[in-house]
Amino acid sequence: MYGSGIVRGLGVTLRHFLNTYLEDIRWGFRRHVPDEAFPLRQGLETRGIFTVEYPEEKIATPERFRFIPFLVVENYDHPERPGHDWCTSCGICAKACPPQCIWIVRGTNPETGRPVPEPDEFYIDIDLCMNCGFCAEFCPFDAIKMDHDYELASYDRTTAHVFDKQRLSKEFRYWQSIAPTRAVEEAEARGGWEHKDVLKQREKEARAQARASGGEGEG
Amino acid sequence: MTEYVQIAETVTPLQGAIHRLEAQFAGAVRRDDREGFSGVIVDSGRLVEVATFARDTLGFSYLSSATAVDYLGKAEGDPLEMVYHTYNLQGGPALVLKARTPRSEATLPSLVGVWPGANFQEREAWDLMGIRFEGHPNLTRILMWEGFNGHPLRKDWHEAYYEEDTKPFDSRWPEGRVSRAEEHNPYGRNVKYPADFALDGYESLAEKALYDAAPMGVHVTDMATDRVVVSMGPQHPSTHGVFRMIATLDGETIVGLEPVMGYLHRNHDKIGERNTFLHNMPFTDRLDYFCSMSNNHGYALAVEQLMALGKRYEPPTYRAEAIRVLMVELTRILNHLVAIGFLLNDLGAYFTPLMYAIIERELILDFFEATSGSRMMCNYMRFGGVAYDLPQRIEGTAALVNDRVRDFDTMHYLRDLINDRLPRAIDQTNDLLTTNEIITNRCIGVGVLTREDAIACSAAGPVLRASGVPYDVRRAEPYSIYPDLEFDVAVRYHGDIYDRYLIRLDEMRQSIRILKQILPILEETKGQPFFAGRGGQYNPRIPAGEAYGRAENPKGELGYYVVSDGGQNPWRYHVRAPSFINLTALEQMCKGHKVADVVAILGSIDIVLGEVDR
Repeated sequence: MYGSGIVRGLGVTLRHFLNTYLEDIRWGFRRHVPDEAFPLRQGLETRGIFTVEYPEEKIATPERFRFIPFLVVENYDHPERPGHDWCTSCGICAKACPPQCIWIVRGTNPETGRPVPEPDEFYIDIDLCMNCGFCAEFCPFDAIKMDHDYELASYDRTTAHVFDKQRLSKEFRYWQSIAPTRAVEEAEARGGWEHKDVLKQREKEARAQARASGGEGEG
Repeated sequence: MTEYVQIAETVTPLQGAIHRLEAQFAGAVRRDDREGFSGVIVDSGRLVEVATFARDTLGFSYLSSATAVDYLGKAEGDPLEMVYHTYNLQGGPALVLKARTPRSEATLPSLVGVWPGANFQEREAWDLMGIRFEGHPNLTRILMWEGFNGHPLRKDWHEAYYEEDTKPFDSRWPEGRVSRAEEHNPYGRNVKYPADFALDGYESLAEKALYDAAPMGVHVTDMATDRVVVSMGPQHPSTHGVFRMIATLDGETIVGLEPVMGYLHRNHDKIGERNTFLHNMPFTDRLDYFCSMSNNHGYALAVEQLMALGKRYEPPTYRAEAIRVLMVELTRILNHLVAIGFLLNDLGAYFTPLMYAIIERELILDFFEATSGSRMMCNYMRFGGVAYDLPQRIEGTAALVNDRVRDFDTMHYLRDLINDRLPRAIDQTNDLLTTNEIITNRCIGVGVLTREDAIACSAAGPVLRASGVPYDVRRAEPYSIYPDLEFDVAVRYHGDIYDRYLIRLDEMRQSIRILKQILPILEETKGQPFFAGRGGQYNPRIPAGEAYGRAENPKGELGYYVVSDGGQNPWRYHVRAPSFINLTALEQMCKGHKVADVVAILGSIDIVLGEVDR
């Protein structure tokens, strides 16, 4: 019969329309209120209306989510080196960066003129950054990580969008909070919660101490 | 006494074809014997003959890709080389034809007469590489405008913000001389025009066509209809982006249609040559931005082919291949759902079917985001595997104010998605649309592309298969683990809009079939490596040679032609974009129909401008 196809299609839209109200009734018209309703509304069980009412509610991003990178620095209440950069200015992120938006001034000791493992300056032009995550992926020191904060609108692109070291730096604690399981995995790979170099230094000291005490024993 | 056992040398069809070419055109055809290269170099004077012979006698009737390479400083005489990849529709590897021409006065015979599908690709080669094609019906710039100075893909051409030939740039480390590129070369001073070009009084060719065709005075006395030229786009909601069509109408009927593109052109190929091999991976995401996973896959295939030329090459692990196929087939489903949604938008069903498609797409993107870190710009595949394993859980971490957290088990999520949610969505699309009389009336018999035209115009993907050619790269030249998987190549025979709609439904059902086979593989290989070889290499060594990696993308055959000179950066990086080449047949499909049908026909080809313009 001519028109039966249209009626069949209208049946589909009617089902969607009714489902929205049925869901509302099921949740006692509080479908947008309790936290446990959210995964049902934004998951495979979803029926009816499918919207997130930004900014009143936002979908929490998964751990691997990547937005503009940030630099990991030691926690500000760290007993030995508060706020110290994890970055050693090795330059791998700058080389791996596809749009070349990272500029690093390698740190030098002003007295000897020799390089030291920390950056003097670190810039990222976030207008160029394409959020690919290569810098974080290839950093051998877990010192640069991709952020989760995507709300970065600003009024001026010419001055505000080249982030310097201060703007980029975030505590190690922050990385633990946005990526709990990956922070643990990385710490296991490093062999401890501290920076690779700190761990190496400690190991060296421990060995020296052992040798020293061992030597005493012999003597 | 030593006995020598003669082992019969098996001759593959491709080798046989090359032998026959050499016998037929002795002296005009010689093998490309550079290490890592394949195919034959043809004397440019006899290119048309050789191409016709390859098409008619040897059966290489399908021209997949035609592109130019600049061998400045790499070969004697600094030639430009045109490379044609031709395929037999029965399947099998490519017969690669190459023709060389000196860079000053670069001229080659046009192959549009042999393969009409070479039309846009030769125009592109003229535009970007400056090779003149004799006998081409309309050799004008296609991606750039007429006031563009030079041919940008030539190695001696430098862009306005030129810094160095290849990345990584020296200014980034260790001195870190930070600056914004536009400060060095400010707006207004960063454009050069050709010497013989006057900006005053400039009229674009497309505009000129409009006024030339318009009647200068209306003859009311005779009632014949006048020809009218209508410009559709680039700012037009039905063109799926910034795409423009100059349609010549006789009354209301289309008698000619000229696609105008390039508004989104950024010279992806040139960027790719500046980049290192790995740098290109995230750039491929931006080609067809609906299908970043499959774009990644095609590029990974091409570079892996090159790596296989070297000594210590480890192919991707089985788990990596399984994850890749999972991602690619999910991409196919989401792309086809959205393509059908947009097609219905074009037909006037404003946004209802599209929104239903977007719900399912969101659910797939949630999985992509949890796995790769991004919803659309996935950047997930690497040479030798994938970037990360599947996550344990699809779980949010609250970082911002008002963040709402979801938490699903990944495998559970995938099982539900593949076994239940997506098949239901496909059935729902079918219920909603397939028998709808408005759709059948508007789609059946409209925009017909015959089998012969589809092959000649190098159409690919659903457009080709809806015209009765069961050609699918996954079966014709299998890659990844597709040979182990059971699925059918969907094919329809009418070549109209309706068949191009139906074939997308068929393909989604086949994808579901593949995904159902992938799930147990993922369970079995849990915990196995997802990356072959040494991880953490941002600059893998790629041996010199050429590779043409192609993958069956949702929109058609996506090909990457990559030439390596053994250095850090690809010497040539070319993308055979299915959306771009599928447009070759647009005029043919539209002729004889009305303007409203053009919109629907364009929707049924399913183009993405990020890929058309590159």
